[in-house]
Amino acid sequence: MENLEPLANEARAKIQAADDGATLEQLRVDYLGKKGQITALLKGLGKLSAEERPEAGAKINVVKQELQALIGERKQALESAAVEAKLAAETIDVTLPGRGQTTGGIHPVTRTIERIEDFFSSIGFDVVEGPEIEDDYHNFEALNIPAHHPARAMHDTFYVDETTVLRTHTSPVQVRVMETEKPPLRVICPGRVYRCDSDLTHTPMFHQMEGLLIDEHSSFADLKGLIEEFLRVFFEKELAVRFRPSYFPFTEPSAEVDIQCVNCGGDGCRVCSHTGWIEIMGCGMVHPSVFESSNIDPEKYSGFAFGMGMERLAMLRYGVNDLRLFFDNDLRFLEQF
Amino acid sequence: MKISEQWLREWVNPELSTEDLAHQITMAGLEVDAIEPVAGSFSGVVVAEIISAEQHPDADKLRVCAVNAGDETVQIVCGAPNARAGLKAPLAKVGAVLPGDFKIKKAKLRGAESFGMLCAEQELGLSDASDGLMELPADAPVGGDIREFLQLDDNLIEIGLTPNRADCLGVRGIAREVGLLNGLAVTEPAIAEVPASHDDTLTVELQAAAHCPRYLGRVVRNVDLSRPSPLWLQEKLRRCGIRSIDAAVDITNYVLLELGQPMHAFDLDKLQGGIVVRTAEQGESLALLDGQTVELNAETLVIADHSGAVAMAGIMGGDPTAVGEGTTNIFLEAAFFTPDLLAGKARGYGLHTDSSHRFERGVDFTLQRQAMERATALLLEIVGGEAGPIIEAVDEAQLPARPDVTLRAERIGKLLGFELPAAEVERILGGLGLGVTATDGGWTCSVPSWRFDIAIEADLLEELARVYGYNNLPITRIRAGLSMPAQPESELSPRFLRRHLAARGYREAITYSFVEPALQQVFDPELTPVALANPISADMAVMRTSLLPGLVSAVLRNTNRQQPRVRLFETGLRFIPGPDTALEGLQQVPTLALVATGQRLAESWASPSEAADFFDLKGDLESLLALGRRAGEFTFAAGRHPALHPGQTATIQLDGKGVGVIGALHPTVQRDLDLNAALYVCEIDLEAVLGGALPSFAELSRFPEVRRDLAVLVDKQVPATDLMASVRAAAGSHMTELRLFDVYEGKGVEPGKKSLALGLVFRDKTRTLAEEDVNQAVEQVVASLQTDYSAELRS
Repeated sequence: MENLEPLANEARAKIQAADDGATLEQLRVDYLGKKGQITALLKGLGKLSAEERPEAGAKINVVKQELQALIGERKQALESAAVEAKLAAETIDVTLPGRGQTTGGIHPVTRTIERIEDFFSSIGFDVVEGPEIEDDYHNFEALNIPAHHPARAMHDTFYVDETTVLRTHTSPVQVRVMETEKPPLRVICPGRVYRCDSDLTHTPMFHQMEGLLIDEHSSFADLKGLIEEFLRVFFEKELAVRFRPSYFPFTEPSAEVDIQCVNCGGDGCRVCSHTGWIEIMGCGMVHPSVFESSNIDPEKYSGFAFGMGMERLAMLRYGVNDLRLFFDNDLRFLEQF
Repeated sequence: MKISEQWLREWVNPELSTEDLAHQITMAGLEVDAIEPVAGSFSGVVVAEIISAEQHPDADKLRVCAVNAGDETVQIVCGAPNARAGLKAPLAKVGAVLPGDFKIKKAKLRGAESFGMLCAEQELGLSDASDGLMELPADAPVGGDIREFLQLDDNLIEIGLTPNRADCLGVRGIAREVGLLNGLAVTEPAIAEVPASHDDTLTVELQAAAHCPRYLGRVVRNVDLSRPSPLWLQEKLRRCGIRSIDAAVDITNYVLLELGQPMHAFDLDKLQGGIVVRTAEQGESLALLDGQTVELNAETLVIADHSGAVAMAGIMGGDPTAVGEGTTNIFLEAAFFTPDLLAGKARGYGLHTDSSHRFERGVDFTLQRQAMERATALLLEIVGGEAGPIIEAVDEAQLPARPDVTLRAERIGKLLGFELPAAEVERILGGLGLGVTATDGGWTCSVPSWRFDIAIEADLLEELARVYGYNNLPITRIRAGLSMPAQPESELSPRFLRRHLAARGYREAITYSFVEPALQQVFDPELTPVALANPISADMAVMRTSLLPGLVSAVLRNTNRQQPRVRLFETGLRFIPGPDTALEGLQQVPTLALVATGQRLAESWASPSEAADFFDLKGDLESLLALGRRAGEFTFAAGRHPALHPGQTATIQLDGKGVGVIGALHPTVQRDLDLNAALYVCEIDLEAVLGGALPSFAELSRFPEVRRDLAVLVDKQVPATDLMASVRAAAGSHMTELRLFDVYEGKGVEPGKKSLALGLVFRDKTRTLAEEDVNQAVEQVVASLQTDYSAELRS
């Protein structure tokens, strides 16, 4: 028994010094295993007298438990250190950019069209498209624009042959809808249109959105309400809107719609030619002749149509200052949307 | 239409500022495009008379003038060629400020002192160019302020008239509108009958009365055209953008601007016999006032004398019979030409004149006599002469019909959305010159001869709304029954595709639908594209049969701008010509196209620098096809395309029908286009991509899967798809998946062969598969590959 304390000290020191799990396990075997030195001391208790035995046994057990605990602690410490070391080694620069394909994007004109489609779809308008190489009848005649009508001069039409044109507006789609569908009708028709004109503020191709609503009780007041609301939602702000009498052969009454300049708030600037107003779209009540071309009874039904330029809206919405950029497809431009 | 504000105010003068007046008429549908002062802003300029003009001793081109400025005589050095004694001209005195804030100071020119500047029109902002001093009339008051004398505190109001408002193509028409809008009476000039002082007439024969139902003429003898138009007349014309020519022409222009009636003055002595209004004879030609000689076609209405055409009716007069120097006897014309029959005629000759502009849109058909009297009176007043009687040829039946238009009160509420009191309806329509008769439930309205745009009830509603003010009309919300639109779940929406492509790094492009014929030819040499009759330029002359030429050009523009990595897509129509002619059987096919060039991934620390290849683009396409849940129905087969690499091109088929192509641009094409790097392109019918299948549940197996890998050696030419189809066919129903996980050629594989490594996954829904089940399937696969492809199993 006299060597218990030196043996315990020796074991404590070795446990503290152990720097891996295997060494610790060996120490456990050496001291606490079946043939271990502490175990041997316990086995030696039999040589003691009955009076000495309990006290000596208790002492040895205290040491045994202490050493077991020390080994456990040391093991825990070594494992923690190993995890720490592993984590340290695995540390990365999390500020580096991620891997993989970069995100592309949608063209601002499409973005504009999709937004407008969403507004109108949410109140029950269907989206309809039509041909771009169009016949004279749908592009002009059915819209109350006979041959030699002065309004044709305003259209700068691209001709394919005498009776075939590139559509000059999206209005022929409303004719096609009226030919095939029965009222009530609520449609919008986005798409490419073509005019033989190219300069700073005109491209020979651009996009329009046509809208058409026909039912038994639609009025000019409804048209005004719808357009005003659309413009507020589109620009996400309260805007002054005004309706000005104008002329389109296929609507009567016809109106041009101006909004308060979104650039200067109406004070006058380059964008609005210092008028404070920006012409944004045309609209009107469907002309009875157009109804008659499509066999819709103008006595029973009334309706309105509106048409607007997508590039113009996109320019105002996003501050684009050059129309031609829309068709140049410069990545530095496209990347901004 | 350009109109002088002063002139308008002579007719009707509301108490409104220029801006308010412009706003008012704009809101009534006569859109004011611009308001410009008729003269620049200047002060200190007076009427002066040159007393003497001496050659400057030291400068050839300068003259030293003594000038009477009213209160003093000053010395002015002047370089204008027309500076001469007796001339009255504007003088900017010392202290005057000319347009552009140009201050006039005492100056010395080559040693001669000058106390001011004699001015040309340009220097006062009266015209854009001038070739000497402005010459003022002899009766101009010396010393008088030039602004006052010329009444220059006036504005030019430019109105962008819509084609329906022909009635406003004259001061009278606009005054009528302004009068109504302000509740003011309009002061018409007194137009009295000019009594004939001789009996000379010409015969007038209306051979084409449908085209010209009314023709008035008048002989005026012994005019003195050496007398210039008075300043007031010249100024009125100038302000409306018309140059003064001679009194006869100026007066016809004046009547055109004032009343809206185009007129013409012939030199009577150059007319042979009487007037015949007829369509041109085939082969007849006419030398026009603008100097050109045109071959007339039989559709064209002419004014002829007994020797031939002397004017293109309603469009332009002929040169040989024009008034000019030496003209002493005049034949004046005021006619009405039917708009529908005149429309488009001027354009057909490349002409557009003030006259044709008005006749095409409609001139008041009762106006001719008044215009004739007005012009005659002015002519006699300015250049003297003796007028004969008015000659009138008319075919009343051919004049425009003006049937009454019925307006129902309830339609106002229904279509405009508000109730307008009857008195207001009658005030507005009456004010526009309509005869309004109340009836049961509405009104019957007669339409004035100057309104060609009022024929139906809707036209009256527009007039009511317009004059009442669109912005005073109420605003309501649309009402409709709510219904859910059908939305087929299997169909993809194009916007879903666009988002998917954007997520894979593509940017949407929009290219023109017309392309350069040569580039188009490269992509679709066998097609004759739809060509435009009037293209905007040679490189935008044909309608695209493929989206690729446009996209490839867009790539090129970007790579030329130091953007080596480009991934673009576009959706839109391509125009496939019909088999016989381009238009017959033309198909306008919604199409999707993708293009990619440059590095696979954007340059990054994390990505190896590898060029994209065919399989990058194909992977992107397949991911798109997978969206519709029927990727497996599309098949790819090696194919040919004139613009693509013969070894890297696949045609895409769906249900046995070709729907697209994918491949690398042919190296030759790439070189010809000056593209530095390989470009991969794909074009596919949009409808094929958008059509999809509904998800359909298949029971999940609770039993484990078994995988067997096989590596086989086959000829290099064997398409992987075919081989995999054989495997599928031979493996039996237990094979649930087949993966091609390696393709190898090179060391260890004999030349001409390739090694394909396949992973076969087996599973059954009702039991755990036994070893024998799988072995048997694999044996069948191996056997079939040996039979079909002489495949060798690699160990």
